[in-house]
Parts: sequence; structure tokens; C-alpha cells
Amino acid sequence: MKYQTNLIFDLPQTGDNANRILKKCDVIKPNFAEFYGEHLLREKDLNIPNLSEIQVLRHYTNMSAKNFGVENGPYPLGSCTMKYNPKVNENMANLPGFRNTHPLQPTETVQGNLTLLYNLEQQLNDIFGMDHFTFQPSAGAHGELTGIMMIKAYHEANEDFERTVMLIPDSAHGTNPASAAMAEFEIREIKSNADGLVDVEDLKQKIDDKIAGIMLTNPNTLGLFEKEVKEITGLIHEAGGLCYYDGANANAILMQTRPGDMGFDVVHLNVHKTFGTPHGGGGPGAGPVGIKKILEPFLPKPVIKKLDADQTKFILDYDRPQSIGKVRAFTGSFSVCVKTYAYILAYGKQGLAEVSEAAVANARYLLERVRDSYHVPYQEPAMHEFIITAAWQKEKYGIITTDIAKRLIDYGYHPPTVYFPLIVQEAMMFEPTDTETLEGLEGLADALNAIAKEATENPDLLKNAPHNMSITRPDETKAARNPILKV
Amino acid sequence: MADYRDDRYYVDSHEWILLDGDTATIGISDFAQEELGDIVYVEVDSVGENLEKGEIFGSVESVKVASDLYMPVDGEVLEFNADLEEKPELINEDAYAAWIIKIKVSDSAQIEDLLDAKKYQDIAE
Amino acid sequence: MSGYIPTSREKRAELLESVGLKLDNLFDAIPDEIKIKDKNFSGLNAQGLSEQEIIAQLTNLAERNQRVDQYDSYLGAGFYDHYSPAVIDHIIGRQEFLTSYTPYQAEMSQGTLQAIFEWQSYICRLTGLDVSNSSIYDGASAAAEALLLTCRQTKKDKVWVSEGLNPEYLATIKTYFHAAGLEVEIGALNEQGTAAGTYPSGDDYAGFLIQSPNFFGIVEDMRELVKKAEQNQVLSVVSCDLISLAMFKSPGEVGVDIACGEAQPLGIPLNFGGPAVGFLAAKQKLMRKMPGRIAGQTTDTEGKIAYVLTLQAREQHIRREKATSNICTSQALLATAATIYLALNGRSGLKEVAEQSAAKAIYLHNKLIQTGLFEAIYNKPFFREFAVKLRYGGSLDALNKKLLEHRVIGGLALSDDVWLLAVTEKKSKKAMDDFVALVANLIRHENVLGG
Repeated sequence: MKYQTNLIFDLPQTGDNANRILKKCDVIKPNFAEFYGEHLLREKDLNIPNLSEIQVLRHYTNMSAKNFGVENGPYPLGSCTMKYNPKVNENMANLPGFRNTHPLQPTETVQGNLTLLYNLEQQLNDIFGMDHFTFQPSAGAHGELTGIMMIKAYHEANEDFERTVMLIPDSAHGTNPASAAMAEFEIREIKSNADGLVDVEDLKQKIDDKIAGIMLTNPNTLGLFEKEVKEITGLIHEAGGLCYYDGANANAILMQTRPGDMGFDVVHLNVHKTFGTPHGGGGPGAGPVGIKKILEPFLPKPVIKKLDADQTKFILDYDRPQSIGKVRAFTGSFSVCVKTYAYILAYGKQGLAEVSEAAVANARYLLERVRDSYHVPYQEPAMHEFIITAAWQKEKYGIITTDIAKRLIDYGYHPPTVYFPLIVQEAMMFEPTDTETLEGLEGLADALNAIAKEATENPDLLKNAPHNMSITRPDETKAARNPILKV
Repeated sequence: MADYRDDRYYVDSHEWILLDGDTATIGISDFAQEELGDIVYVEVDSVGENLEKGEIFGSVESVKVASDLYMPVDGEVLEFNADLEEKPELINEDAYAAWIIKIKVSDSAQIEDLLDAKKYQDIAE
Repeated sequence: MSGYIPTSREKRAELLESVGLKLDNLFDAIPDEIKIKDKNFSGLNAQGLSEQEIIAQLTNLAERNQRVDQYDSYLGAGFYDHYSPAVIDHIIGRQEFLTSYTPYQAEMSQGTLQAIFEWQSYICRLTGLDVSNSSIYDGASAAAEALLLTCRQTKKDKVWVSEGLNPEYLATIKTYFHAAGLEVEIGALNEQGTAAGTYPSGDDYAGFLIQSPNFFGIVEDMRELVKKAEQNQVLSVVSCDLISLAMFKSPGEVGVDIACGEAQPLGIPLNFGGPAVGFLAAKQKLMRKMPGRIAGQTTDTEGKIAYVLTLQAREQHIRREKATSNICTSQALLATAATIYLALNGRSGLKEVAEQSAAKAIYLHNKLIQTGLFEAIYNKPFFREFAVKLRYGGSLDALNKKLLEHRVIGGLALSDDVWLLAVTEKKSKKAMDDFVALVANLIRHENVLGG
């Protein structure tokens, strides 16, 4: 297949075809120069091309063929939970009754939307053991920031202004320290022990009366369950801090255990990870944040409430003097919430327990299938994701993680997450997810074992991979040294 | 194998300092350059500032790593090597020729705390 | 087998046994005291529903809403009901765009990366600026991030924002800035409803921000912003509307340092306010301080054009707490939708959308004034939205309620007697004529305003 390489701006232009899409203007256009004044108006037309519909369709259809989606094959990107995105959920989110509602409509005209969000809040409270959820944050990292802001507001409300330190394990996602820093917290890093878990002794050393809280992922980013989580959250609470649960790995624990029961006060979710909403090549997402009662006054505005007089009616409550305010306009990524709701309906309590079971079982099985081919840095039982490394291959054959990842592309699989967490050299993190098929798991295992063999016999095959994509490896150094960011 | 030079001093955060009277040039070691890989950008926004030993005077970036640069001694930042704005790769080509900043040293007594090439090599490797 | 899980429990048990593991031991790492025992939940069903049942439940909820395609709506205030061409949904519904991850593996993500590169190019062409990121959550968070950028660049900790900014955006900026320990000063509008003559002086500001068209729909003259910002060595920021830029001078053309805003009007459905898609563009000198993902063009080992995520050393996964922002998500799919909107409409189509919206807003404004029941509160030029005031007082809430009975969603009541109304190219002359007649009738003959 021949791939086009044109940019949209390179295509031959057609004439003015504005009225192919738009109906003719049925009011008289006034003299704009007179109405606005020449000084406000553009002198020349915009420099964007006029194109025909078929040109645009072919252009983007051919571009899409250079992508790889969940429906192409296994996508074991660790910590990203690339599970199947149910088609019916797309249809539901696009129902005209949802799609064509304006965020500022009177609440009595959007009772369907508000009911859905209210019901979703109840479901999430049950699943995560929390008391309230807000749907305003647009993504996981946005949820983190929102949660951290609430922690800050809580300490401020208690006039506890000296609590300026956030504890974060060294294995944490980069967003944790970045979010905490945006709320002016100083980061104090906690070490991981040899088993890959939070070093509780190190934690004890680092707790003092300046701590505002801790941010923890559980299972952590190494795919290991923090068994001492109750002790950890207990220590933090004793010291007057609050506990933040990074929900990135929630797929591993659905209906097995709950952050609320582990002692967390705040949790954010990435619904594209846990509840199968599509990632869209980098968004749009939604990052609902759950909290315990003590943080309720600080929730972003507005909050969805039942009307006192009529418990079947919902309103948006803006009268919240202690609220942190807003983290974006309006109520959040509503249509992403519709997909989340449909997903949870499809499973129910029992089904969600099977989701986490299948996620963990698939990861465990895959790890055992490749254990003899790669270095496994941690021996604790993995949950929904696991880490192997290219340490053996690097030492003997000069093969690095990138080479293995790129060779996997030749086999038709998306590579794992690479070089993360930062505390593991040459890390490859695999997360097959609950929706990986039998043939997907077996194929992935066979490919990884075959690649380990190729490393010994024909290392160049790996070093020059991938061989069959629209491009070979791109020059990232050139891109960063002399950035070309537009045409 | 990284190169170490006896004509200058080092600090354990991998900067070198080469004295010339009461001024000095500062760069990063050959070892640091190797660890970072292809350097794509050097940022210094402290020209004209008086900084203390250990304070950040700028940063270097490779594709996947960003690393802050620390003052080996107290001093006033006099100049940023303008060649690096266009050609950050000069550091990869010769880390000891590609100085990053020129400073006026404010406390020459601090020189004694710096590492010589041998001691730095032990720490780095 | 539940939901979309492709393997059965029996098969799972069998697989695990084949490698010496047991299904029953999978969660042994979770201490007993925190395991979920037999709990009954109030919100969560015990069992999953079938596809047919899900459709029935959700369709029922959707039908409980009143919608702008069945009602005659005049709401805007940040989200606008422009026409979305059919092609958009078809392309962004392709699973290759819809279900893929952030393009970390460039070789298998050239589609997404090129789409982002094209979005960045369009945004630069529209705003007249040098560098755009790959998009950001929404217009409000884009404004907050733009102002944080001014603080990073100038190392100052105070910004000035004109009150002509959308109140949702202003609230978002305040929240971000309070958390960051930075200060926001609000500048009241002048009597014409613009920022002219209201700028402060002093070099302790990092940035000045205005919105154009502002919250009341009025197109601001950005030249004064640029002049005042330069005089005070402050960065200038404009939150702008991309469709309006088909008619009006761009921020870059006038010398503005940063442009930001909401791209929802480019064919993105209303969806009750989200997801949205913010944009952020700036002059070259601010490139390395920008938040968010950025795609760049390079070559592969064989010299072919290739696209990658670049300037990543700014970002959280490398810089952690020293990153330019914590943001990792862009709104890639919606940015792609907006890009396709621009490709389909082209410069002629976009100009027509802008001109029709403006012409219809002017028409509706004049009609309402002609009833004698409303007066203009500002006489400055507005784009597709404007505010009018009841001449003889009364309650707009009551009027809006009554309008609903006639299948009309009225404008936004900013106070008892100030009404903010928006129209787009979709609105027909007949709808507006009927609307004005209805409003006049309700006020004159049915006394809905009370009094």
C-alpha cells in the first residue's frame, strides 16, 4: 500500500465551496467595516486551504492507517490500561438527547444529564469506598491537581499553614510531583525497598509536622500491591496529613478492595484506564475525583444535589463558600462520563470483580510465559502489570529496551511502556488488561520469546526495527534541536 | 571511556570550573555529557545574577533527560556561551571546550572544597 | 464471562495452572482486613446489563433532556452551537484515531502525530503566532495555563485580568493561582464594556489578559493591550475565538505574546459542556516554557519525513516537580475534529460561518431593540453574542421559564434584567422573527415580567 505523505496544506486547492455545507445567509449582511471599524477587521483572508470533501476524507483516512488502535491487536502499554472500548458506549454518548444539550440550560431541562451524573457518583462511591465524586476534572492529571488543591484547602481551613510538604514515593508517576508542585507543595521523596514497595522505615523518618499528605499508587507503578497500606495511611493520619490515592492502577483492584477502605481521603480515576473510555490518541479523558466527607466543603463548584422538596429532581449547587472554585468551565467531560456509566452498567458488581481478576490473571500468565527470556527485577507477585528488563540482552548483545520494543512492532503488537518507572534500568512494563484474548496473550508471549532468541542470533534485526511501518525510527534529537512545529 | 582534565576542578553534580584570575568558566564534564546523550538545548537565564554555590544557574536537556546546572562556587554570572544557543551539540563534541557560563568568582577560598580530576573520576565511575 | 471479557473463568484457571499458578490466589497480596467481603451496595447493580438494556436505560435518560436541536436556543457564554459537518464524526470514529494512546511510539502513531502537527499549523495560522501546543483541556484551563506561563517566563507572581473574561474562566484562573500562591488582579470594564483605558501600570505584573470577543460579545481592540504590556514589560495574553478570527485581526498580527481559548465552536458538539478542547499558542521566545504536548517534524533513518512528540524535557514524565505543567493529556481527538472542521470549511467556509453568525447576531439585536422593550447596554461592536437590558425592569428568570413552555431556551440571565444572547450561522431568520414576536407578546400581553 502506498502511503500519502502530504500535509493537508499541500493538497491542490478547490474554489470557494462554503455553501456546500452552509445554507445561504437569510439575513442581510451589514457593512462590517462600518459596524466594526476597519482597524478591527482582517486585511487579508486567512491562509488556510479550500478543499473538497473527498480530499479531506482521503487525507485523514490514509493518515489513520498509520496508527494502531486497540482493535488492531494487543496494546500492552503498562500503566495505561489499554482495554477494549465498547462500541455501544460511543453510540450512547452520541445520543442527540445528550449531545445537543448546552451546559448553561436551566437545570429543569437537563434532568437526564444530572440523573446520570448523580447515579454515576453513587456507583463510583460504592466501587471506591468514597463519599462524593466530582466530575469537573478533564483528565487524570487534572484530577490529581484538583485533589491536591482540596488537600491544600483543607489544611488552610484548619489554619494549618505550615503543612507544605507532600510525600511521594520514588516510583510514582511524574504527574504526582508535578501536580503537587503546581499547588506549591515541596516534594519529599520516599524510597522503595528491595522488594519494590514503600520503605516504611524511610517513610517514618520523613514524617514530621510539616507534612500535608502522601500520594500513593496501589498497586504501585511496579505492579505490586502495597501490603502495608493500612499502616502507611494510619501513620499519615496520625501525623495530621491526608492520603491521596492515584487511581491509575485501579483496574487491578476493582471489587477486590477499595481505596476508601485502605484509608485514603482522596482518589482520582482515569476513566480511559479503568472504565474503557477511548483514549483518542491523547484525550479527551475524564478524571473524576472521589473524596471522604471531611473534604466535601472544598469540592469544585457546582455540585449536583437532590432537590430537598422533590428527591427525584436534581439541581446544581453553586452556593459553596469553602469550595476551591473551578478547575475548568462547566461540569466536566460529560460525554466521557456517559461512556463510563454505560461501562459500569455492563458489568455490575460481579462483573467488575471479574474485570480485575482477568486483568491480574492475564498479567501473571504472560509474565510466567516470558520469565526465562528476560530479567525480572522484582519477585513479589505482580498484579495487573509487571516489569521485565533488557538487562541480560544489554550486557551480552548491546540490545536495549528500545530495540525490543521496536521489534515487537514488527510482530504486530504495540510495545509496552518503556523506561518507566525511572528506578528500574531498561524497564519494560507490560499490562495485557482484562480484555486481552487468548490468542493475543499467546502471540505476545511467543513474540517476546522469539525476540529474546533473535537478540542472541541476529541483534541487528532488533537494532534496525521496526521494518514494516510507514517510517523507520525517527530522529528525535534533530526534532528537539531544531524544532519544526508547524508549516 | 570518559575524559578527565587536570587543569580544572569538578563538583559531584558533574560541573567543571576552569579558573582564570578572578573569573572562571563553567561547563559539564565529559562523563556527564556521555550520560546525557545528545544534548538538544542549553538554557541559562541567570546572566547578571549573583548566585551562591549550589544554586541553579541553568539546565541542559537531551531528548529524554533534563538536568539542572549548579554553581560550583559563589559568583556573578557574567556571560552565557552564545554558541550553545544554536549548537548545543558542541558539548557532546568537546565538553571541555564548550564552556557554558563565565563567572566572576566572589570567594576564592571555596576553591579548596572542589574536587580534582582524580577524586571526581572516583565519584563519577 | 462478564461484559467484554473474552475468556471464561474456567479457561483462566486452566491457563494459570499451566504455569503453576492458581486463580484463587491472585489477590493474596491484599490483606484480608481490606478485602471486599459480601457488601451490599446502593448505587451499583449486582449484575451487569445486556447491550439492549443499556441502550434502553440510557436512551430513557437522554430523552428526559430538552435539547437545542428541538428547542430554539439562544445560549452561548463560552459554548456555541455551530454546525458540525457529517464527515467529522466519520473520521474521528475510526478506531485508529479513537482508541489509540498518546503517540509515544512514533512509528505506529504517525496518524495521530501528523494530525497534531496539522492542528498546530492551523492554530498558528489562525492566531498569527509562532508556536502552538497539541491542545489543552478547555478554554478556561488554557487561560490559567497561559497566565502561569507568563509567571514562569518573567519570574513574577502577579497577573492582571480584565473582567470581560468569561466568569467560568476567571473562576478557573483564581483557583489555579490561589493553589500556586500567585496573585490575580481583576480590572473592571469601562462604560463601553471593554478593557480600553483600564490597564494598570507597573512592572510587577507577569501578564495582562483580555478576552476578545469578550464575555459580552464585544470585539476588543488588542492594540492598546500590546502597547500597555510593552510599556510595562509585561506579556500580553488574549483569550480569543477561532471562528471570529476569520473576520478580525489575529492576536499575532497585532503583536500579542500569547493566544489561548476554546476550540469547541469548530464543530465540537455541545455535550453539556464537555469534553472541550483548549488551545494555546505563543511567540517563539516562549516555546520552551509552553505547557502540554507538542509534535514536531523530523526525518527517519532513511530520510523520510516523520513526526514525533518533541521538546519533552519540559514535561512531567521527565522533569517531575520542575515540569512546565502537570498536564499529560491533550484533547487529541477533539483537536483532530477541529482540524477536520477547518479543512472542510476552508478559509471561505470559515469566513462565511463568522459573517453569518455576526450578521444574525446584529439582526437579532436590532429586532429586540426595535420592540422598545430592551435597550443595548454597550454600544460597542459585538460578534455573535450581545447583552441587552429590559427597559422597564422585571425578572428575566420568569421570562425564560415562560419561553420554555413555548419550546424556546432563552438567553442567559446575567442579572434580573440583563440578558446575554448568542446566535450562530445555524439560526434562521424565521426563528429569530418568531422569537422576538413571542418575547414581545409575553411581555406586553401576558405580563410575564411581573409588576
